[in-house]
Amino acid sequence: MRELIKMVVVLVVLSAFSGGLLASLRDSTKDRIEYQQLKFVKGPAILKILEGATNNPIVDRFKIKDGDVERSFFVGKFDGKTDEVAFESSGKGFGGDIGLMVGVDPNTDKIVGVGVTTHSETPGVGSRAKSEPDFVAQFTGKPMIETFKVKADGGKVDALSGATVTSRGVASGLTDAGSIYKRLKPQLVEKLKDFSKKAVKTKQGEQNG
Amino acid sequence: MAKSIAQEFVKGLWEEIPPFRLVLGLCPTLAVTKTIQDGIGMGVATTFVLVCSNILVSALRNVIPSKVRIAAFIIIIATFVTVVELLMQAFTYPLFLSLGIFIPLIVVNCIVLGRAEAFASKNGIVLSLADGLGIGVGFTLALGALGAVREVLGSGTFWGASVFGPSFQPFSFMIEAPGAFVCLGLMLCIMNLMGKK
Repeated sequence: MRELIKMVVVLVVLSAFSGGLLASLRDSTKDRIEYQQLKFVKGPAILKILEGATNNPIVDRFKIKDGDVERSFFVGKFDGKTDEVAFESSGKGFGGDIGLMVGVDPNTDKIVGVGVTTHSETPGVGSRAKSEPDFVAQFTGKPMIETFKVKADGGKVDALSGATVTSRGVASGLTDAGSIYKRLKPQLVEKLKDFSKKAVKTKQGEQNG
Repeated sequence: MAKSIAQEFVKGLWEEIPPFRLVLGLCPTLAVTKTIQDGIGMGVATTFVLVCSNILVSALRNVIPSKVRIAAFIIIIATFVTVVELLMQAFTYPLFLSLGIFIPLIVVNCIVLGRAEAFASKNGIVLSLADGLGIGVGFTLALGALGAVREVLGSGTFWGASVFGPSFQPFSFMIEAPGAFVCLGLMLCIMNLMGKK
């Protein structure tokens, strides 16, 4: 009986100690891990879209609740004021979801850049949506809230040759991005105002401190 | 009976070098040695887990009842593996991406459990530390050597830098799974030949 109790006590104490240690470690590394994921997975696309920004868009981000999901918005500042915002969307491709990063200028409602972040398209065929910048460049300057369609479906988007399904996925992802933008724009503009105020405040705080 | 600390350390480097002499821990040995960085990264992660779990198992060896010792060892090992996983995500994210599923799989690496059961549960803390460090460094060297051979032949690079120049046609068989077996087999053979003398 005593041995039984000892076994239970030892295992319980060990597990509790291990659980506590891991929980506190997870807590203290959470922000860093999120930052690393953004930097290495989505970072290249964000920085390309918001090229020339004077801040670091991966640090300057905020979230808006959209129904059940939270969406992250990355802010690019040009000449000190908040100018462009990048956010994520996705479309159904040939081999699964195609992750898109879409940059938009809230003042003009125009697309400033599109980048593919994650995909599982056929290498050398659909993967060119990511590796060939010419394909996504055609969206730059187009109005954000629009239904994009490839030419084969009666739209205006030049599809990648041999990769119509991928191109269609990117187009539908962008159309989704447009509706997300339309839905969240009021909140987005509010947040951006708060954000530029807050950013100015912290700058002053830094100078004072 | 009482071996010196140095002996315990050195035996892991040659006499009992894990993948070649004990032929243990082959899953990561074959899977992550596509490049020398991956091999060494995996080795360092395993070394950390080995040293920490050896120390803790040795410290608790009189407290843990023998009937539940394996369960207790697994808790200790799994804790340190999760620690490594979190730290890698936070500080060396690209390495974390390329090692992927093989980091959590250190839990079931039989070298780690083997050292805890066969050595740390019977010896003092300092000796266990030396043992864990020795075996860990040996494992790292072995993975690094295997990774170096496979990377040089399979991709024509060494630590990411080109070795033979652009005209080299990489022997891509070496970076695939069968190449890992062939390479490991040849290295085992060389080790045995050298050990015979």
